Amino acid sequence: MKADTYKLKDFSSFTKDIINVSGEKINNCYQCRKCTAGCPITFAMDILPHQIIKYIQLGFEEKVLTSKTIWLCAACETCGTRCPNEIDLAAMMDALRQRALATQYRNRIGEKGTSVFHQEFLSSVKSNGRVYEAMMMAKSRMRSGHFLTYLLRGDWIADIKLFIPMLLKGKMGMLPHRIRNRKEIKKLFKKFAIGRKV
Amino acid sequence: MNTKVSYYPGCSLRGTGREYGESAEAVFKSLGTELVELPDWSCCGASSAHSENKGLAVEIAARNLILAKESGLKDMVIPCSACFQRTKVAEYELKENPQAYPDISYNSEVNIPDIVSFVHNKIGIEAIKKNVIKKLTGLKVVSYYGCLISRHPKITGAGNFENPTEMDTILEALGTEVIDWGYKTDCCGGSLAISQAEIMQKLVGNLYDKALEAGAECIAVCCPLCHANLDMYQKEISKRFKKNYNTPIFYFTELIGLAIGEKDIIKWLKRHLTDPIKLLKEKNLL
Repeated sequence: MKADTYKLKDFSSFTKDIINVSGEKINNCYQCRKCTAGCPITFAMDILPHQIIKYIQLGFEEKVLTSKTIWLCAACETCGTRCPNEIDLAAMMDALRQRALATQYRNRIGEKGTSVFHQEFLSSVKSNGRVYEAMMMAKSRMRSGHFLTYLLRGDWIADIKLFIPMLLKGKMGMLPHRIRNRKEIKKLFKKFAIGRKV
Repeated sequence: MNTKVSYYPGCSLRGTGREYGESAEAVFKSLGTELVELPDWSCCGASSAHSENKGLAVEIAARNLILAKESGLKDMVIPCSACFQRTKVAEYELKENPQAYPDISYNSEVNIPDIVSFVHNKIGIEAIKKNVIKKLTGLKVVSYYGCLISRHPKITGAGNFENPTEMDTILEALGTEVIDWGYKTDCCGGSLAISQAEIMQKLVGNLYDKALEAGAECIAVCCPLCHANLDMYQKEISKRFKKNYNTPIFYFTELIGLAIGEKDIIKWLKRHLTDPIKLLKEKNLL
């Protein structure tokens, strides 16, 4: 009997896209779970790293793209460094985030706070050429959840308690550092059509 | 002999990690290497650009590579581990997939070693030892390398990525008592500190516990994000886990500066949120 063989063309467009964008041989995974064993963030994840790979192979797009995991991965690269099949999971997570933002799943981001942080970070870089930490931190803290919760829970008090010593110790500037050639940076953002709203 | 190298400080070294930039610049100068800042450098893209768009992540970091190439200097030093890794990723991508970036002409013209290797190999342990005027005897320290200075090794070229030892050797040359531990390259949570503070607190709390268990009095770092997470939130983390952490976090360049007698050392240490001065006074090192 001739064994069934799978070719890349047989996989869903989701699976193919993640393999192509990340450049990683995701189908080589044999579920040894070494990635999950070494991952420092598993305690907060809803889907474990080795499970994410399995779901990609099986084409479970919605499950993966609406997960918290893809946003909680800190890209520390412990998994990718240890994978016996040389799959760089951090590159795979990048591809998943990018697809989540580019498809209908952008309205169902599993971990909005981190996504908002990246958005605020890039918007600061887009206007200044460098990141203005003070403004970026303040804006992403305020936008990461519900603004009312932020106010009522007193998170803003903790933030101010941190910002004041940082300001006094010269770790926070009152004004952004801007580069001269901001045009070049804006052009790059335009080229890759970055400037979304979540 | 004075060597000139390109220098990419990155946004953190002009903000939260200001004392890292100040101490690196001073120490390099005293040890015979002039850091020449890239003119009009821009953000490397950090953790955010690669989460949104691969092309942007590569091309925004590549802008700085081009500036470094145009400077004509052979080497570039990038103290921030995150900037270092993103710049190396751009270098790697442009080498492996040049057809995907037709607008960029960069062909690995600049040599970019990580800062710890640069100090260890290019400046050299002998040169450091020769310049030490005050041995940091009795200071019990663990070196914490973090993630991005060595991972992924295919990008950074790091040899000993699970158990790096170069910072340990540097700190030993200063006379400190370097303690071995198993958490040198564990993650501090990086930028999750802003959006998911509780995750960062758990990771960092664990690092304090392991460093203290090993017998360390302080932690040496080489990354402004590691420093921010370990230094700035110590009170909050103590409160959450009902502990009383009070562990100074030093940039390894600050400790070199202390040992070779840099005059601005107090200015750098005063920028920390967890006071390192008390410990150094107790040890008669300040």
